[in-house]
Amino acid sequence: MSSARSVAALDPGRSVVDQLRERVAAMERRPAGEPVATLPGLAGLVPLHAGSTYAVDSAALALALAAGASQAGEWIGFAGCADFGAEAASELGIELSRTVLVPDPGEHWLEVTAALVDVLRVVVLRPPASVDERTAGILDSRLRTRSSVLVVHGHWPRVTARLSVEESVWTGPSSGAGELQERRARIAVHRGARPPERADLAWPGVRLEPRLEQQSPGISEIRRA
Amino acid sequence: MRVMVVWCPDWSVVAALEEADRSLRSPAAVLSANVVEVCNGPARAEGVRRGQRRRDAQARCPELLLLPANPDRDARAFEPVLAVVEDLRPGVAALRPGLLAVRAPGSWYGSETAAAATACQALVETGVWDVRVGIADDLFTAEQAARTAEVQSWTVVPDGGSPSFLRGLPVHVLQDDGARGRELVGLLQRLGLRTLGDLADLPGDAVEHRLGSYGATVRRRARGEDPTLFAARTPPPELDAEVAFEPPLDSVEAITFSVRTTAERFVSQLTHHQLVATGVRVEAEADGAVCSSRAWLHPRHFSARDLVDRVHWQLQSAGSTSGAGSSLRARRHAGVVRAPIDRVRFVPELVEPAAAHGEALWGSASDDLVERGVARVQGMVGFDAVRRPVLQGGRSPSARQALVPWGERAVDLRPVDRPWPGRVPGPAPVRVFATPPAAEVVDDAGREVCVTDRGVVSGEPRRFRVTGRDGTGLPWQPVTAWAGPWPTDEGWWSGGAGPTARFQVVGADGRAWLLVRAPDGWVLEAGYD
Repeated sequence: MSSARSVAALDPGRSVVDQLRERVAAMERRPAGEPVATLPGLAGLVPLHAGSTYAVDSAALALALAAGASQAGEWIGFAGCADFGAEAASELGIELSRTVLVPDPGEHWLEVTAALVDVLRVVVLRPPASVDERTAGILDSRLRTRSSVLVVHGHWPRVTARLSVEESVWTGPSSGAGELQERRARIAVHRGARPPERADLAWPGVRLEPRLEQQSPGISEIRRA
Repeated sequence: MRVMVVWCPDWSVVAALEEADRSLRSPAAVLSANVVEVCNGPARAEGVRRGQRRRDAQARCPELLLLPANPDRDARAFEPVLAVVEDLRPGVAALRPGLLAVRAPGSWYGSETAAAATACQALVETGVWDVRVGIADDLFTAEQAARTAEVQSWTVVPDGGSPSFLRGLPVHVLQDDGARGRELVGLLQRLGLRTLGDLADLPGDAVEHRLGSYGATVRRRARGEDPTLFAARTPPPELDAEVAFEPPLDSVEAITFSVRTTAERFVSQLTHHQLVATGVRVEAEADGAVCSSRAWLHPRHFSARDLVDRVHWQLQSAGSTSGAGSSLRARRHAGVVRAPIDRVRFVPELVEPAAAHGEALWGSASDDLVERGVARVQGMVGFDAVRRPVLQGGRSPSARQALVPWGERAVDLRPVDRPWPGRVPGPAPVRVFATPPAAEVVDDAGREVCVTDRGVVSGEPRRFRVTGRDGTGLPWQPVTAWAGPWPTDEGWWSGGAGPTARFQVVGADGRAWLLVRAPDGWVLEAGYD
């Protein structure tokens, strides 16, 4: 029955692969396509989708990914982040009264994260040790049936996208004078085997900055040719 | 109707001293807006008076104990006094903390003098030393009679004797009637009226014209024609709930299962009075003695399920003696209580009207869901392992936040809206280390960078690294930019950490850190990551 319907319903105007992907996702009971609120600066780069896992290598990125959902009125949680900076979170627009913190889940980190995923929209996890495929699979299968997002600060076997900070520049201090003011960071987004996508983000406020390469398109054209 | 007034002088001071656990004989004063509101006898003997400024009062009596005004505390402390008198004669009206009125128990105690003596004795037995009782035809006269009585004594004004009793009183007895009373006293004294009798002799309409309705009321009172009645309070309902186990139970699971109906009854009887509990004391008794007692605060209000959870956590933590330092509870120790529990009691400590906690029209189902999910996590790792971040004031990043156990209310937070001079400007650090690792910061010559008492840095920081406990450390990292120092010296008056200086340091990898030069070396306090 499903095969007959799928053949009939394919839309010739759209990519067949995309449509098939959506269908497979629906069969896996994944709440596919359900977007989760993301900060405007990140929405163009990594729009969050329910049921996916994202890995980051910086606490600032983890906060930024979780901030959008919190601003939209959702509950978020942090597991294993013993060094949570409440003031930085609040500056980013995270509503602290809707934030659950389990600073030290200890050996029960997997159960705690699974329980948090059940009820919260975005869960930021810092796994204590290296995580094997099987452990990650337990959480992934739980995640698939819930409409929440897992952001892992650290290593995770299978992720939808991996965000890493490649370069980072702070402006403000110069040999004693001044103070930290603004940070620009080159973020690389790896999705599977595709070549990484790069973008410049600026703190505070997580703004997407125009990239330097895009300002000189002529050079890249010549290179490509 | 005969009225009995019981007066406990300087009640605010008595209540405050009792709360502060100080001797009642030491001179003390309760201040409000830096002005003495109430002072006690020893302070009065030194010359402290109501209305004095703090400096003047301290100049008169240097050892004067200054206590903050707190009307709630006064009323709370007066509650047992009301209960004692209520036992003798129902229908007590609390006029204000320290002053109560009740219809005089006539012949029940033999005579009014015997009734006054009984009331005095009952109150002195509960530890209220300074008690004075007045009995008269009306409220005003009875209050004045109580004020003329000696300590632990009484004045009985005979039936119909109010006018003659009041005639001789000076007008400044009206001072206790608040601001307008004091104003009237000044006016009457300037008019040459020295006693209440002088005022009572004046014609009524003339007094009303000159002194207004309040003056007319005072004149009627002085003539013993005071119609003021008092509204007797209804005793507060008994809201405690308890359950007894026979035979006593020694398993936490069994106890939590058995208290469920009691918790439901507790919540439903509060609901019946249109109240909700936001703070509850859970007491567990073993062998007839309270073995575990703890007050629990709820960010919203307690439901039956919350109460059962609190009982579970309380008994579990009381039972597991090992690993008190670790937040993670050892599972094999959980579920065994130290002694068999034969009684569990819920005592409401903070009760608020249910209307103040009503849910929105559309409910808050998702919040309920979260509460339930978090309660499950608390069941796994212990109730204090789940936290809620809150902001507070302070200078260091770790002092500017607090992690409150989930389900408890944040108390004793420093205010955020103060300037906090010396705090580090710029964006807040993303990572705030609970236990800051030790670090090393050196200058060009490899010497450790120091900060003098005047805030001068000994050399420009060139390299830094985090060191472990055993002297080894992470590799050195060059400093590309730095800012600071922001010196602070917190708590020097009570043996604080000593002078510290904070630096923002950007490493070669573009990550910024907040390093602190403490008296005993550098620590890495926070990271901007």
